[in-house]
Amino acid sequence: MIDALILTILMTSVPLVLAATGELVVERSGVLNLGLEGMMLMGAVSAFAFTYATGSLFIGLLAGIISGAVTAAIFGFFVLGLATNQVATGLALTIFGTGLSGLIGADFVGNAITGLPTLFPKHFGDIPFIGAFLSLDIVAYSSVIIVFLVWVFLFKTKTGLILRASGISHDSAHSLGYSVLKVRWCAVLFGGMMAGLSGAYLPLMLTPHWSEGMTSGRGWIALALVVFASWMPSRIIYGAILFGTITIMQLAGQARGWTIPPQLLSSLPYLATILVLVLISIRGSAKHAAPSNLTIPFISSK
Amino acid sequence: MIKCSFIEIELFKKKITKSMKPHSALLESRDISKSFGSFIANDKINFNILEGEIHGLLGENGAGKSTFVKMVYGLLEPTMGALFWNGNPIKIRGPQEARNFGIGMVFQHFSLFPTLTVIENIELALSDTQALPELRKTIIEKSQEFGISVDPDTYIRDLSVGEQQRVEILRCLLQNPKLLIMDEPTSVLTPQESEQLFVILNKLAATGCSVLFISHKLKEVKEITQRATILRRGRVVDTVTSSEVSTEQLAKMMVGSDPQHVKPKIGTKSNDILVQISGLCRPADTPFSTPLLDINLDVKAGEIVGIAGIAGNGQSELMEALTGEWRSRDSIKVLDVLGVDIRDYSPHKRRQMGIGFLPEERNGHSAVMGMTLTENTLLTNHNNPEVQKHSIIQNDNLEKLTSNIIHDYDVRTPLQNPLASSLSGGNLQKFVVGREIIKKPSVFFVAQPTWGVDIGATKFIRNALIDLANEGCGIIVISQDLEELFELADSISVLFRGKLSERKPVKELNSQKIGLLMGGEDGASLAKEHS
Repeated sequence: MIDALILTILMTSVPLVLAATGELVVERSGVLNLGLEGMMLMGAVSAFAFTYATGSLFIGLLAGIISGAVTAAIFGFFVLGLATNQVATGLALTIFGTGLSGLIGADFVGNAITGLPTLFPKHFGDIPFIGAFLSLDIVAYSSVIIVFLVWVFLFKTKTGLILRASGISHDSAHSLGYSVLKVRWCAVLFGGMMAGLSGAYLPLMLTPHWSEGMTSGRGWIALALVVFASWMPSRIIYGAILFGTITIMQLAGQARGWTIPPQLLSSLPYLATILVLVLISIRGSAKHAAPSNLTIPFISSK
Repeated sequence: MIKCSFIEIELFKKKITKSMKPHSALLESRDISKSFGSFIANDKINFNILEGEIHGLLGENGAGKSTFVKMVYGLLEPTMGALFWNGNPIKIRGPQEARNFGIGMVFQHFSLFPTLTVIENIELALSDTQALPELRKTIIEKSQEFGISVDPDTYIRDLSVGEQQRVEILRCLLQNPKLLIMDEPTSVLTPQESEQLFVILNKLAATGCSVLFISHKLKEVKEITQRATILRRGRVVDTVTSSEVSTEQLAKMMVGSDPQHVKPKIGTKSNDILVQISGLCRPADTPFSTPLLDINLDVKAGEIVGIAGIAGNGQSELMEALTGEWRSRDSIKVLDVLGVDIRDYSPHKRRQMGIGFLPEERNGHSAVMGMTLTENTLLTNHNNPEVQKHSIIQNDNLEKLTSNIIHDYDVRTPLQNPLASSLSGGNLQKFVVGREIIKKPSVFFVAQPTWGVDIGATKFIRNALIDLANEGCGIIVISQDLEELFELADSISVLFRGKLSERKPVKELNSQKIGLLMGGEDGASLAKEHS
């Protein structure tokens, strides 16, 4: 029983980790993409559609990643190419992604697919204590590896240093001869791919069907996670598990017929998000950990 | 016939000068021009920099110095003309290319990353990737060679401005530059730190590296450079040998006319104490702000009190306490102005009492850039009954008041009632100063009244402040500019890390003494040194 609970918590955390890690890289480069929810939905619907049509989960995952990147490219065109306001453009992208994914997915509602298999043989799951951790799929394990690789990239490589520098002061980075826009384009596309992968995980693993708006606010939680993690990759994992736990406790509570009104329970993850953000801003640490050029468009004067 | 011989003489002269100069030109600018739209920032700039020479580029704000060096560093493209490097025409398409040629640049506003460490900042500037331990070794070697002490693992934000500049220089030195461009390097330094900088630059020049030293300070250009090129309104006035000209001559070339002098103060000091501050403490709001520690100060009628210090030692915190943007009953023992306890008073209420103030930052703090001058006048004059009657703005009176300010304070405007953002820095500063002074405040708090303002406007503003004091107003001037404080103040006190040094009459001070206080030497050690 407790193993099953842990397993669901872990699986709920996976999409949060993926999306937040991508967004962390984007924000480290100095861009805030509030369109996470929209990109995830585009990833989800594409992944479902392609898996349903081809029967291949691999093609489905790939489609999710690509459509996430394409959606991010639209954002990049406005925000980097035309230097539009990042907050407004990001919000528009969420609305756009929600609407378009609903339109594309209208015909797929009610269909089912078989989700991702577990990586290890089924009976590994019966091992006491660690069983839940051995019953996950390849994407879940990859997500931890990706977080580690992102950390190595950001803090151990020169390219990562350049990316962080672009987020701290794009004018300085420019004056040193780095192409700020190129760096940010790469970051935005990477963020899109991660959001697409995160979205793809939902219909391929978590609930093997498509329904409109199935991300149900996970994009926003992932955004909050980046702040929660104060822009440090490893902390995203703790944060995601915390939010995953709250989400699942709420479901478990409803199933057990707790006397608390279900509306209040289902608002728990969002309340927790707000609470965490408030606590962080009271501590005042977020302001200093944040890349100082976040949301400021870079315009080269030549 | 005559013409011919004239040319011959000219050729002969050239030959002589050529043979007399042992060095060849490292960088030469031929007819470099740059225009932004219809505005010509640089108009046919011609001069050269020799190998191993420290060459000054002198000019007022807006003379086109920064535009020129940005072209040399590849940040801007010239509209016309060409640069020659060792006699070969070159095109510099970006900072990376400039660095490949061996051109390094230290910016006026540093191009450092505050939340990265020293070593990370240096690594970013190097084109080849070096292993970190190796890089750390090279940094320490180089810093010892030039006498620049710096810990590679500290964060930039934890360093003083002078130290930050040394990191910038070190960063350039690691690329073994042939030409180092320094953009207004001393504007943020104490006199002592400037001396240290000059030692480094001379060492560097001795190794054969040329330095292009940009400044609007005449004395230091004369002190540090071999030759200097003077720019005025985007044009080269002349290139001179620095030791052969006086600072007066340089000033005349830079401004284009004899600079106006600041009038002397007639000491009409009375014994009425207008401002009394004691036990003003202010805790730091953020890790980056400076706490104020037990500030005590009083200002008499007709007196100008100068507060010196390097930026970031509590100036903005003190100014906010004076204006009422920050106020506290518990942290301040006494804050009396004109005999009234104003600890709880909002900026608005303080203005109503006849206190004028002018914060340091004109863009967005003392003026709203997106508003017209008339609207900006209204912002500090809305409690004037002529301007506002029964909550209705009296536009005619407001416009009259604005045009009075524009006229009396010699504000040059492009249009009838322009946006604040369309005025040059100097003109906008004259406007905001005028807007406060025209109200005839009894007490005036002003920060950096002539920051980034050209010589003409500077003298004008200082004269206006002196006139005001002569009429009996008590003034506190917070400034980084020592020359300004010596011209204006009756007595000076130095703010260092939130502590105010003992106040001394100007006659007992010189820039050397203040410089020591600005660097944190206390009065006791000063006295020791003296005896």
